[in-house]
Amino acid sequence: MSFLALIARNRLALGGLIVMAVVILLALLTPLLPLAEPNITDTSNRFVRPFSEGAPLGTDHLGRDLLSRLMWGTRLSLAVGFAAALVAATLGAAIGIIAGYYGGRTDNIIMRGVDMLMAFPYILLALAIVAALGPGLVNALIAVAAVNIPFFARNIRGITVSIAHKEFVDAARLSGMSDARIILTEILPNVIPVIVVAMSTTIGWMILETAGLSFLGLGSQPPVADLGSMLGEARSALITNPHTSIVPGMMILVIVMAINLLGDGVRDALDPRLKSGALNRPLPATLVARDRTPAPQTQEGILALSELQTQFHVKDRVYRAVGGVSLAVKPGECLGIIGESGSGKSVTALSVMGLVASPPGLITNGSVWLDGEDLVGAPYATLRSLRGRKVAYIFQDPQATLHPLYRVGDQLIEAISSHRSISREEGRRKAIELLEAVRIPNAPARVNDYPHEMSGGMRQRVGIAMALANDPEVIIADEPTTALDVTVQAQILSLLDDLRRERGLAIIFITHDFGVVGQLCDRVAVMYAGRIVEQGPTRAILDAPRHPYTARLMACVPELGGGRRRLEAIPGLPPAVDRLPEGCAFAPRCDRARPDCTQGDIAFDADNARAVRCLYPVDQREAAQ
Amino acid sequence: MTPALRLEALSKTFPLGRTLFGPERPGVRAVHPLTLDVATGETLGIVGESGCGKSTLARMLVGLLEPSTGRIEIEGSALDKADPAEFGKRIQYVFQDPISSLNPRKTIRQIMEAPLKLLHGMDKGQRAARIAEIFDLVSLRHEFLDRYPHEFSGGQAQRIGIARALAAEARILILDEPVSALDVSVQAQVLNLLADLKARLGLTYLFISHDLAVVEAVSNRIAVLYFGSVVELGRAEDVFRAPRHPYTRLLADSAPVVGRALTAPEGRETELPDPLNPPEGCAFAARCPRATERCRAEVPKLSGNPGHSVACFHPFGPDQE
Repeated sequence: MSFLALIARNRLALGGLIVMAVVILLALLTPLLPLAEPNITDTSNRFVRPFSEGAPLGTDHLGRDLLSRLMWGTRLSLAVGFAAALVAATLGAAIGIIAGYYGGRTDNIIMRGVDMLMAFPYILLALAIVAALGPGLVNALIAVAAVNIPFFARNIRGITVSIAHKEFVDAARLSGMSDARIILTEILPNVIPVIVVAMSTTIGWMILETAGLSFLGLGSQPPVADLGSMLGEARSALITNPHTSIVPGMMILVIVMAINLLGDGVRDALDPRLKSGALNRPLPATLVARDRTPAPQTQEGILALSELQTQFHVKDRVYRAVGGVSLAVKPGECLGIIGESGSGKSVTALSVMGLVASPPGLITNGSVWLDGEDLVGAPYATLRSLRGRKVAYIFQDPQATLHPLYRVGDQLIEAISSHRSISREEGRRKAIELLEAVRIPNAPARVNDYPHEMSGGMRQRVGIAMALANDPEVIIADEPTTALDVTVQAQILSLLDDLRRERGLAIIFITHDFGVVGQLCDRVAVMYAGRIVEQGPTRAILDAPRHPYTARLMACVPELGGGRRRLEAIPGLPPAVDRLPEGCAFAPRCDRARPDCTQGDIAFDADNARAVRCLYPVDQREAAQ
Repeated sequence: MTPALRLEALSKTFPLGRTLFGPERPGVRAVHPLTLDVATGETLGIVGESGCGKSTLARMLVGLLEPSTGRIEIEGSALDKADPAEFGKRIQYVFQDPISSLNPRKTIRQIMEAPLKLLHGMDKGQRAARIAEIFDLVSLRHEFLDRYPHEFSGGQAQRIGIARALAAEARILILDEPVSALDVSVQAQVLNLLADLKARLGLTYLFISHDLAVVEAVSNRIAVLYFGSVVELGRAEDVFRAPRHPYTRLLADSAPVVGRALTAPEGRETELPDPLNPPEGCAFAARCPRATERCRAEVPKLSGNPGHSVACFHPFGPDQE
C-alpha cells in the first residue's frame, strides 16, 4: 500500500495532513497575497476589532494588521520549527549512529555527554544557550535544536545497536566494506524511517518551544513577528483586547495539533512494528462464516475435525491456509501432523480452539467436535472455558509463551485460577506438583524462579506443566522441541510419551521431523498446501509411504547412520496458498503426475486405516524397492 | 601439502569487565585453545549444542572476532589481524538466517557487487560478467538481481547468500547452520548445491550444524564440540557409528531415529556447565556415566590415533558397543 494510502486510513491523520497542507501553502504564498504591510504601525487604529473593514482579524496595540502579521508570523514560526527539527535530527542521528555502531568506549563517552545535556530541564537549557549567544531568532533556533539533539541521539542509537548486530552487517564487512561505507550504505538506509518518525512526532513540539522563547522575548526581535512574539506582545492587553492573543494562540494550537496528528499517522504508516499488525486487535475468537450447515460427526474420538477450512482474507486475496482437514484423536493416542512451513499445520491446530487471529482469519467451513459438541461458531464464553481446561496448547518457543516478569509458579497458578477459584497455598502446592510431574528437579525451589533463570529445556517443561494445569483431555503441541538441543529434545519427548500413558491424554503433535514422529506418534497425517495428503499408522506410512510427496519428503531427509551421500531433493517450491493449482497441489513437483492429476478435486481415498489423496499412489511393491 | 586451514591454539575469552573495586575477573572462555588442520577439498563438520562455542569459532575464522590467543593460517600464510576485508578474499561465511543476512534496502545486484568491487576492484563490465557466471553456478535466474531480499523464499535467499560468498572468490567457506532455517525439501536442494559447487570449484568447507544427520551426510571428518573444546575428532563414518567420547554417544543416542524406542538417554535434567563458573577437570564429567575422580580433577587432552582422536580418560573402545 502506498504511504499516502496508509496515512489516509487514519482519519485524524488525514485531517492533520489536510490542515498542514493548507497552512504550509498559505505560508508559502504569503509574499504573493494582497496583505497589508505587517510591520507598519498606525497608532490611530489600535485594537481594531476583528471583522472590521480593512482588517479582517483586527489590529494590535500598534495598529498593525493582525491577519498580515499572523501570516508572516506563521511563515517564520514554521520555517524556524522545521529548520530546528532538521538540524536536531541530522546531528542527533549522526551522534546516535556513531555511538551505536562503534559501541564500547566511544558509545560510553558520547552517551554520557548526551545524558548530561538531558539532565537539565530543557527550557532552562534553551534559556542558558540564548543567554550565552544573545537573543535573536537564529540563536533561538540553535537553542531549540540543541535541546532536542539528545532525544534523537538516544532514539537512533538504540535502533543502530540492533541493526549493527544483524548478519547483513557482518556480511558487508566480509565483502570488504569500510566502517564509513557500512554506516552510509548499510545502516543509514535502515535508520531513516525511524528518523522520519521521530521528526514527525517532535516537530510540533519544536515549533512550540520556539514560540515559547519568542514569547519571552528571546526569539524574534521587534518589529518582526513570529507566533510566539505576537503572543508575548499581546499579553498586556489580554483582558481588554483578547482577540490579539486569541489569533496567534489559535494558530499555534491548530499547527501543533495538525502536526501531531499527522506525525502519529506517519509513525503508524512507517513503523515496521505497527505495519505488521500490532495495532490490529484480533478478536477473542476466530470469526466463523460457514456457507453450509455442517454434517454430523462421523469420526470417533475425543477431538474430531471434519472438513475444516480456515482462510485468511487480506485485501482482495484469499489464502486457503487450511483447505478441508479431517482428523480425529482418541484418549491416550498421539497423532502426528507433519508438513513443511506453509502447509497449514499450525493454522489447523489454532483453529481448534478459535485461536486464529481474526481479522484476517476466518473459518469458512467444517466443524471441530470435542466430546460430541461442535466448537466452530460456539460462543466465546464456551470457547474460553474450554481453552486450557479441555484442550491445552504447547508452543514452540517457551521463551515467548512465558511472561518474563512473573515467577513461573505464579503463572502456573494463574493458569489454574482462570478456570476455578483456588487458594494461594493450594495453588502453590498444585504448582509444585505440576513441576514435579514434568520432572523438574527441586521443584519447591524452582517454583519461585523467573523464566530467564531457567534453561530452554526447563522452560519448555514449564510450558508443558502449564498445559497440564487443568488436567486437559487433549494437548496440541506445535513443534514443542524444534527450538531445543537434541539431548534436551529427547528428554522432552520421553516426558510427553510418559504423560500420555499415565494420564490417557490425547496428543496432537505437530512437527516437520520424521524421526520425532516415528518415535512418539501412533498415527500420522501428512499435510501439503493446506490439506492432508496421507494419513495412517506411523509405522505403515514410514515403512511404505503411498503418497509421492510423503515418499519424496522422507527421501530428502538425511538419517543418522546413513553415511555421506547425495540427497533426493524435491525440485521447486510448495505452492502459495493464495494461488493453489487445480487438482493435486503437488502435481507440478511430482514425477508421477499425469494430465488428470491437474483436474478437479482429488479424493481422499481411504482404505482401512490408511488414506491417501493421490490418483497414482506408490503401491506396496514399489515402496518396498 | 599445506592444509587449507590451520588453527594453532586458537582460543577466545570474553572479558567480563572489572568491578569498580577489586581485581579483574577472569572472563568467559568461549573457545578453549584449539589446534586443527583442514585439508584442501575437505568438508569438516562441526557439531555441538547451543553454547558450545561453535559460532564464536566461526566468527574468529573469518576475522569478525579477534582471537584471544593462537593463530589462523590459510593456505600456508598466517593472518594476524582480525580484518574481515583481508580474510574475505580467502575465507567466506554463509549465514544461518538467509533473509537477515541480506540488507532489506538493497537490491540483490548491489549486494552481489560489493565484494567484487571492494575485494577485487572489478569495473562495471567485469562485475556484470562475474555475477552472471556465479548466478548460473547456483542456478538462480538473472532477473532476480533487481529485486529486494523480501521477495525471496528462504531457499532462494540462501542461494543468494552462497552466491555472495562465491563472489569473493574465497576457497574456504564457513557454513554456519546453512540449512537449519530451511524446510526439509529445500534443505536437500541447498545441500546438493553445496556438494556440486565443492566438486566443481574445489572448495573447502567447514560445516557447522546441530543436526547430526545433516552433518554426517555432508562431512568427511567431524569434530564434536562441547563447552568450547573439541572432545572428539574423526572420520564421519566412525564418529556416530562408533562414538568414543561419552558425550558423542549421548548425542547419537538422543537423535530421533525412526524405529528406535523412545527413552530419555539421560534420566535426570542435566544442563551445560556454567561458563561463569567452569568446573575443574572434564566439563562433561557431571553428566558422564563413566566419570571418575580423575575426570573431575584433570582436563583430558585430545589424543588417540590421528584418524580418530578423543579427549577422554575413559573412552569407549574402538569397537566396544
